[in-house]
Amino acid sequence: MTETTYPDRIKPITPSAERLDAQRRRAKLAHAVRRASIYILAVAIAIWILLPIWLIASMAFSTPADVRAFPKQILPSPFSTQTLEFFLNTQGIINSTINSLVVAVLALVISTLLAVPAGYAIARYLFPGRDAIRLGILSVRAFPVVVLAVPLAVVFIRLGMFDKVHSLAMMHAALTLPTTILVVASVFASVPYELEEAALIFGCTRAQAFWRIVLPLALPGIAAAAILTFVLSWNEVFAAILLTISNRTLPAQILYTLDKSGDPFKFAGGFFMLVPSLIFIFFIRRYLFNMWGQINK
Amino acid sequence: MAEIVIERAVKRFGKFVAIDDVSLTVHDQEFVVLLGPSGCGKTTLLRAIAGLGMLDDGRIVIDGRDVTYLPPKQRDISMVFQNYAIFPHMTVFDNIAFGLKMRKLAKETIRERVDHAAKLLHIENMLERYPGAMSGGQRQRVAVARAIAYDAKVLLMDEPLSNLDALLRLEMRAELKTLLARLGATTVYVTHDQIEALSMGDRIAVMRAGKILQVDTPTRVYDLPANQFVGSFIGNPPMNFLYGQVRRQDGATKIKIGELLITPPEEMQPPLRAYEGRHIYLGIRAENMEALTQPSPDTLPVTVEVIEPLGSQNLLTAHIEGGMLKISTHPDFPATTGGQIWLRFPVRKIRWIDPDSGEAIVPDLEKVLA
Repeated sequence: MTETTYPDRIKPITPSAERLDAQRRRAKLAHAVRRASIYILAVAIAIWILLPIWLIASMAFSTPADVRAFPKQILPSPFSTQTLEFFLNTQGIINSTINSLVVAVLALVISTLLAVPAGYAIARYLFPGRDAIRLGILSVRAFPVVVLAVPLAVVFIRLGMFDKVHSLAMMHAALTLPTTILVVASVFASVPYELEEAALIFGCTRAQAFWRIVLPLALPGIAAAAILTFVLSWNEVFAAILLTISNRTLPAQILYTLDKSGDPFKFAGGFFMLVPSLIFIFFIRRYLFNMWGQINK
Repeated sequence: MAEIVIERAVKRFGKFVAIDDVSLTVHDQEFVVLLGPSGCGKTTLLRAIAGLGMLDDGRIVIDGRDVTYLPPKQRDISMVFQNYAIFPHMTVFDNIAFGLKMRKLAKETIRERVDHAAKLLHIENMLERYPGAMSGGQRQRVAVARAIAYDAKVLLMDEPLSNLDALLRLEMRAELKTLLARLGATTVYVTHDQIEALSMGDRIAVMRAGKILQVDTPTRVYDLPANQFVGSFIGNPPMNFLYGQVRRQDGATKIKIGELLITPPEEMQPPLRAYEGRHIYLGIRAENMEALTQPSPDTLPVTVEVIEPLGSQNLLTAHIEGGMLKISTHPDFPATTGGQIWLRFPVRKIRWIDPDSGEAIVPDLEKVLA
């Protein structure tokens, strides 16, 4: 065996070392370009979404005169709640806001009460027809409400449920159930089954294990699904117009009065409708990412 | 504390038979390890004892009570899960106290027992913390403390150390063994780690493909495996299996390997007689062969191919007719790569194995005892 001499072993320069260096530089550059383009794209998308929101918000807090002025100011000045006040004082707005709130809360309660057991069953149990039921739930979503419109109105009138706040809430719950069931199911599926088994070992019945272990852990996700229902109901127009006449919800009322009113009214109405959605997105963000597997605990 | 009796247990998943007619008795205060490769049914068997999966056939009796169809909470068992299954929304105290609260014990009793269990596992200063802020090793301690505090008749453990890093595993292994010996709990412990099984168990049940192949003390499982699978699954390096011809010579049954003739001990003569004229396997552990530098009667010459110094021993790989042989020698043994050494086989350390079935050929006496 020949001894390798010490200097030979530590000398890092080989004929190909410079070439390697050039390669490394090129790779670094390519990486930087890729990152930069992702950022540029992200910023572009953000501006595309944020610009109209900003416009609506700044107009809502400008004086009616400023709203009609051109060019627009970046910040509302003078800052004024005049436009919003005008909007809120318009006849029917307060009433329809209350209706909207009642419908949304009712829809939320109905939808959550049905979605939690259904979601749990889909997440935990293997029963015959499980996939068919999942598909069936989804297909409700694929069914356009327009097709149902006339038969639905007829049935509601026959059952004496027409133009009632609670019947609209049921309709909204039905519209959001497919989404909420699947969201809640995925939340339950993310709670490790071992935790439930541990609860069973340490003296729980199945119901107790659900109540003490699974439900508390799934609660944030269930809350997110509930807020989803709330916002969907808050924004829903078609069924609201179709199924109510005197008990209009806010979007139905705004839509109804839209062509009879000026720009300040539209901006104020738009802003008023926008806020709940923004708050909702802010809270639900984490859970949405969680469900899509972006964040793993 | 209690005895566990499993009688003819069968569990199927569709067409797959996970537990295939298994019977096992775990004595009072005994520590039995279920050992086997993944998919052998060891965890399924443990879950059946726990009541987390119903058997399709057979019975499970704990402390004289048939629990086959009872839910887990009525079986008086506690369990440590592989992934710990610590409740993330509860503090360590509430985790350990969970089972006790479910039993509606008095507040002071719960406090006392949680403190005691926490002290045993050295987590008494973490009782107010949440599991999310703890390391794997600490969570593991919480899981064990929870199981101990519950103070059930039977303690079940499903690969509790498999998620820990090597050093921590070594430390916890010794600690768990001491702890469980002190508690005197009837314990069933599942693992795929043979070192864990050998070092911790009173008895080891080696499983494969839904069947228990051997239930024995660690030394007997190691030195006298019931068949070729157990011999090659347990031990590092696995047991060597030499192919030898059985023949009659000088009025006795002998086995010929290369030029070497081995005379089996007295009690092996009758059972081996049936194999005369055929081949059998001779199973022997790497450390049970005697390596010599000089030729001597009753030795087999082999050529050393690889020498692996492992610190406390040197592991030699040698070529013999029809295969490789691993020999463990003292580090000072002067072997050289490509050099020749001579091996002596102590007959008492040899396991005689039927080549067709892979089962050990045992004297009638051993059959009667088993």
